[in-house]
Order: sequence, then C-alpha cells, then structure tokens
Amino acid sequence: MVEHLNLSMVHWARAQFALTAMYHWLFVPLTLGLTFLCAFFETLYVKTNNEEWKRIAKFWITLFGINFAIGVATGIILEFEFGTNWSNYSWMVGDIFGAPLAAEGIFAFFIEATFFAVMFFGWDRVSKKFHLFSTWMVALGANLSALWILVANGWMQHPVGMAFNPNSARFEMKDFWAILLSPAAIDRFTHATSSGFLLSSLFIITVSSWFLLRKRNQEMAKKSIIVACIFGLLASGFVAFTGDESAYSVAHYQPMKLAAMEGLYHGEKGVGLVAFGILNDQKEPDNDKDPFLFEVKIPGLLSVLANRSPGSFVPGIDDLLYGNPSENLVGYNQRIADGKLAITDLAAYKKAQKNGDKTAAQAALASFNQHRDNLGYGYLTSVEQAVPPVPLVFYSFRTMVILGTLFPILFLLFLIYTYKDTIAEKKWLLRLGFLAVFFGYFASEAGWIVTEVGRQPWAIQDMLPVSVAHSNLTTGTVQTTFFMFLILFTTLLIAEIRIMLKQIKIGPEGE
Amino acid sequence: MIGNLDLNQLQVIWWVIVSLVGGLFIAMTFVQGGQTLLATVARTETEKSLIINSLGRKWELTFTTLVLFGGAFFAAFPLFYATSFGGAYWVWILILFTFIVQAVSYEYRKKPDNLLGAKTYEVFLFINGSVGLLLIGAAVGTFFTGSNFHLNDYHYVTWTNPLRGLEAAFSLFNLSLGFFLVFLARVLGALYLTNNIVHADLEQRLRKASLLNLIYSLPFLLYVLIDLVMMSGFSVNPATGIVAMEKGKYLHNLLAMPVQGLGFLLVGLVLVILGVVTNAFTEKRGGIWFGGVGTVLVVLAIFFTAGLNNTPFYPSKFDLQSSLTIHNASSSHYTLTAMSYVALAVPFVLAYIAYVWRAMDLRKMSKEDLDGENAGKLY
Repeated sequence: MVEHLNLSMVHWARAQFALTAMYHWLFVPLTLGLTFLCAFFETLYVKTNNEEWKRIAKFWITLFGINFAIGVATGIILEFEFGTNWSNYSWMVGDIFGAPLAAEGIFAFFIEATFFAVMFFGWDRVSKKFHLFSTWMVALGANLSALWILVANGWMQHPVGMAFNPNSARFEMKDFWAILLSPAAIDRFTHATSSGFLLSSLFIITVSSWFLLRKRNQEMAKKSIIVACIFGLLASGFVAFTGDESAYSVAHYQPMKLAAMEGLYHGEKGVGLVAFGILNDQKEPDNDKDPFLFEVKIPGLLSVLANRSPGSFVPGIDDLLYGNPSENLVGYNQRIADGKLAITDLAAYKKAQKNGDKTAAQAALASFNQHRDNLGYGYLTSVEQAVPPVPLVFYSFRTMVILGTLFPILFLLFLIYTYKDTIAEKKWLLRLGFLAVFFGYFASEAGWIVTEVGRQPWAIQDMLPVSVAHSNLTTGTVQTTFFMFLILFTTLLIAEIRIMLKQIKIGPEGE
Repeated sequence: MIGNLDLNQLQVIWWVIVSLVGGLFIAMTFVQGGQTLLATVARTETEKSLIINSLGRKWELTFTTLVLFGGAFFAAFPLFYATSFGGAYWVWILILFTFIVQAVSYEYRKKPDNLLGAKTYEVFLFINGSVGLLLIGAAVGTFFTGSNFHLNDYHYVTWTNPLRGLEAAFSLFNLSLGFFLVFLARVLGALYLTNNIVHADLEQRLRKASLLNLIYSLPFLLYVLIDLVMMSGFSVNPATGIVAMEKGKYLHNLLAMPVQGLGFLLVGLVLVILGVVTNAFTEKRGGIWFGGVGTVLVVLAIFFTAGLNNTPFYPSKFDLQSSLTIHNASSSHYTLTAMSYVALAVPFVLAYIAYVWRAMDLRKMSKEDLDGENAGKLY
C-alpha cells in the first residue's frame, strides 16, 4: 500500500495533529457548555423579567463569543488535516469516515452559524422569545456537531459496520446505524460533551471567584455560581458514569489501551486498580522487572471496572503481545505473521487481476479472506510496536480521574457557602476556585491523551496503523506546517486570552 | 426511492450536490468581496464599521458552506480528498491559513487588548478575500488544466511537482479563474452591501464599485471562457475507462448539455450582469439576488463541464490513467445512498437560514445601529 515507510514524517504528522487538536480542545469545551449556561441565564431572564439575569447572560455571551471565534479558527484545519497529512487514511476509510463529517456540516454547523448571529446581534432585531430560542439553538448546534465528530472518533476506537473490499483496497460502510449507535461512539459523545459542561462550570467558578476576591459584581458572581454549581454537579455525575462506561468498552475493544492505562504487564484474575503509582522505567514487555517502583492498589477493582465481575481475568501487555493459551488469547506475534500473509495475498490478487488471470485471482482472494482480519497487523514490524507509550497514558489517566473526583467536591463547597451567603468571606475557597478552570483543562486534555495516545500504534484500532495512514510528504514539509500552526495558534491564543481578560475586567454592562 | 438508485445515478447526483454546495459557497463569497472592498470603498471609521458589522452577521455562513463543501467531497469522493489535499498540499494549506485568520478577525478587530491591533485584523480580512479566493480559483482551474500526480494500485498518491500544488498558480488559465473569482466576489460584495446598509455616501460608492469590479473581471472572464472552449480537454472512454486528450472537449461538454451546461453558463452570466446594471443605474437594491443566483448557475455549469459527460474532474497530466472521475473516486453504493438520505435535510437547513436571515435583515443596517444600546458589543 505505502511503498516507503517514513516514520519521522509520521511522528511529525502525529505531533501536528496533537498540536492542532489540543489547541482546538482549549475552546471546544467552553463552546459546548457555556452555551447551555448562557441559555439557562437567558431563560431565567425571560421567565422572571429580571434585567439582572439579562446582564448576566450578556456578559457570559460576550466571553463565549471570544472563545467561539478561535474555536472555529482552530477547527477548520482539523477537518482538512485528514486529507493533507493523512491522505491514505482518507482513502482507506473515507467511505465511512467522510459521512459523519458531512452530516456534521449539514445538521450542526449551519445551526450554530445561523443562530449565532441572532444570539449576538439580535437583541434589538428579533423578539425576546425568538432570541432565547436562538441561544438554545446555538447550544444544540454546538453539541450536535460534537455528536458527529465523536461518532467518527468512536468508530476509530472500535470500527464497526464496515468491511474490507479487496477490489478497491479500502474499507467500505455496510451499516450506518451500527456506526452511529456503536457503544464506543455513544461513550465518546457522552463523556466528551459532559466533560465540556463540567469545564464550562469551572470557568464560571474561576471568573466569579476573581470578582468576589476583587469585591466586584458580587451579586452577578453569586448568581452565576449557583447556576454553574448545579450544572457542574450534574455534569460531574454524568462524567463519572460515562467514564465508567468508557472504561468498560475500552476493556472489550481496546484491551491494550486498558493495560497501558494501568501499567498492567501480566494479566490476572481479580486484578486490582492502581490508585497511585510510580512506574519503573526499566520495565519492558517480556522482561521480569517489576512495573512499579511504588504503587497503591485497590484490590479487585480493575476486574470490576473492566468486566463488571470481581474475579474476572484482565489481560496485561505481555498476554496480548505473546498470547495466553489458558485465556484463549492469540498473541500479536501470530496476528502480525497472519497479517503479512494477507498483504501478500492482496498483492497477488491485484497482480492477477491486472493480468486477467482469473484462476490465480480467485486463489489469492480465497487465501486473503482467511487472513483478512489481521490485515492491519501485517504492517507492524515488531510486536513491541503495538504497545502505546505506557507512562504517558498511565499518568494522564490518573491526572484525569483524580482531578475529576475533586471537582464535584469543589462545586458542593461553592454551592453550600453561596447558599449560606458566606462565600465572599471564604478567601481560601475563592483562591482555589480561581484556579479551578486550569485544573479542568489539565484533566480534559489528559483525557484526550489517554484516548488518543492509548490507541497507538493504530489510527483505526486493529485495522490501520498510523505508519500506513499518512500522506506522501517529506518530513521537512510537515515540520514546516507544524511550526506555522504552532506560531499562528499561539499568537491567536495570546490575543484571545488578553481580550478575554480585558472583557472580564470591564465586567458586565452598567456595573 | 433513493434506495433504488444505481451507483452511476448516485455518483451523478452527488456530483450535482457537491457542485451546488460549491456554487452556494462562491455566491456567499460576497463576504470575502466585502472584505477587500473595505480598503477601497470605506472612507471613514463609521463606514468601515457599517461594512464590517454587515458582513460580520454573515461570514460564518460562508465559512460553514466551505466546510460543508469539504465534508461533502470527503463523503462522496474520498479519493479526491486524499489525492488533492495530500498532494496539492501547499495550495490547500495556504487557503486554509487565510480562512483561519479570517475566523478570528471579526470578533477581535475592535476588542481592546487584541495584541495585533485593528489594522492587522483588517489585513487578515483582505488576505482572505484576495489570496484566499485567488488560490481557490487556481485550484478549481486544475479541474481543467490537470495536475501532476500518480496513483499506485492502492490509490496512494505521489505528487510529481515539488511545488506541491502551488504550480497551479503558474498557469494563465488557473490564474485568470482566480482573479475572476476575486473580482466577482467584489461585485457580489458591493451588491450585498448596497442592499444591507443605509448610508447615502457609501451607497453611491458601492453602486459604482459593483459596476467597476464587473468591468475589471471581464478580461479574466473572457480569457477563461475562450481558453476553455479552445483547449484540449481530458476525456474518459466510458467503455474502457481509458483517459485520453480530446480537442475542444470542454466546448463539446457545454454543447452536449445545452441546458445545464451552456444554458446555465449564459443565463448565469446574464443574471450577474443584470444584477450589476440594476444596482449601478437604478435605485433598486435587489441586485444581490440576481448576482447570487447567477453565480450559482455559472458555478454549476463549470462543475458540470468539469465532471459530467465522460470527463475526469481531477485529471492528471503526468499520468492520464491516474485521473479521477466521479466513478473511480466515489464512495460505495451504500455510503452514497445513506448520504443521500442525509442530504434530504438540506432544504430544511436552507429554509431556516432564509427565515433567520429575513428576521435579522428586516431593518437595514444604519448609523443608528452603531451607537444604539448594543453598540459596545459590535464588531
């Protein structure tokens, strides 16, 4: 398929995707959640006719708009990056992957783009109710766009509803609904959007804490805190629930990712979950070093998380790489060998077809069909290549989970003290609250690292490794665009933060 | 009904849909045209603000149409997506850059502490309206002049020109198409702004600008049309799938499709001219509707000429047999069918856009808007 493996180019293309995706994700969570919060504030205004709620809604809408513009700017590149840097990916799975992207445009982006203009400039041009409707539509549109792109991402984690077509040498869609309703897709959508709601609530806590510490806009800050805390608490619960669902589907569809998340090399029955731990950097697959220098385990919990059954077996990295006959696990070594046969058969099939040799073509196809399930594995050059970077995945997972557990406590404290109306005196809590959104970003970006780095070396799980998904470009070209994006996005980010800070300092109208 | 269509029919339908989205995008480049008019038509800060705020309510729709154009191409003709974006790398990267900087410019231009200063954001808008459209025109030009690539048995693209797509800008035909798009966008921009803003001085200049830019666009248009009907084109034999050069291919295509080829092209151009003439010589404000519909028709005719009637829409002049047709570059029967059901939503999308657009534009933009209650939140 790909004649020359160019690994350094692949690394730079991955770095570029990571860069652009992580920048984009700085703005997306606020777009997902802040719109709903703005819609809540505006609904309160329309219901109560209290101008204070309108002022509050308008203030947060202003901040939302500043964030939204750069979200759009960083988003367009992602869609086209599949073509520019990952063109073989685009061809191999475009038949499946393109559809959600187009649906995103039709069903979601136009809703956002159309009603956004009303939300910002329609206050004196449309009726109060139509304006409120528009704000809700922007929230709906933003979250619908997340649906489609996360369905696409879920499909990359757990490809379903398709089959390989040897004639076109690509994967083709067979069942649209299976792709849309796949558990992996639903998990990605619900987990990512609810984490966006959570982060947006933290954003409001941060800004409101700053106002309270500065003794400015105290009424607005307290009102905002109450709404954000309720939304944040609900979101936290949902994030935890969908996180658990995600772990369950990772255990089934991406056992290597789960093993990396846990630093688990030797699978066991009734295996514990590592609450804290420091990894041993001497540990490699198949050596007998202890994976941990230090660890605190909760007994049996990983088995529960993975299989909903305390005594069940969870495979480790070594079981997956080298096989485990007692658990009926075929090792990657065997799958790689099988995959190489599939590649040879496919080439033979193509050649026979070109020469018009029907018998040879049929024989090659029959042999290919026996090995086709492992086709992707054939492109790996060693079993060790199939192990994602364990430390990055392991520590990111813990960052996400530990912080994710602390956020609801923070929301609860803010809610209680605001309700008692003593929040303004709790300087320690306000200082902590001021930092809240930064911790939120750590947790959120760490979550994406677990999802994406944990899937390595696969662009599409078990089907297409990144090493054959890329475009035919030189390393220098991709390096150049990497730095172009780095400089451009960093400049725009600095501009965005400065504008945002200024608008927060200015505060709501008529203060 | 959609379920019974065969693959060929679906491929044609999707070429029509992609062409339509492309046409709507070009019609919506009145935003980009307005962005370059900013430098030549607006004389005072008030006039500038009026133009920016009028365009600022629409720019996202144009942007979204471009994104949908990309998405529809990806879903319906993934091999084009893989070949062109991965191959003609630099031309697409530069186009994207001009749209990235556009996306922040409206929101950030007037905001205090915006790091780069209002002028820089205005330059961003100008670059988007000029370089961005010029390169889009050049890229579309390669639908007729061809590109330099080779596909192997597994459809893996190798681009054989080291400029990676930028070479498109060195063809007079491609370049002329690009310049035509830039001036057409300015025509549309002037028509749209005439309709959307109430301001006597500005209106007079906008009406004049629509006529002037139409005149500027004519040499480029004539060059494109003459070259198009004279040049040898790429033709695919439907029985064997073999691609060969054919003299006067695109003229043949226009004539073979008297309605949707030659007809759309001529009617479209007449409508655009009619829009400009009413705008320049009467008091009427509706020129943009003629201009917009005309533009869609012209783009449809160009895309139909490029991709229908046994024509490879993305030809390779390096290796004719690597050329992409709507048949060899398309998605599977299943995907095209599924996507066709999705596309049934498009009329509803157009309907709510039209409704909201009407509600927002019921009252024209004027100086009063700039110092009203919401003045602080304007672009």
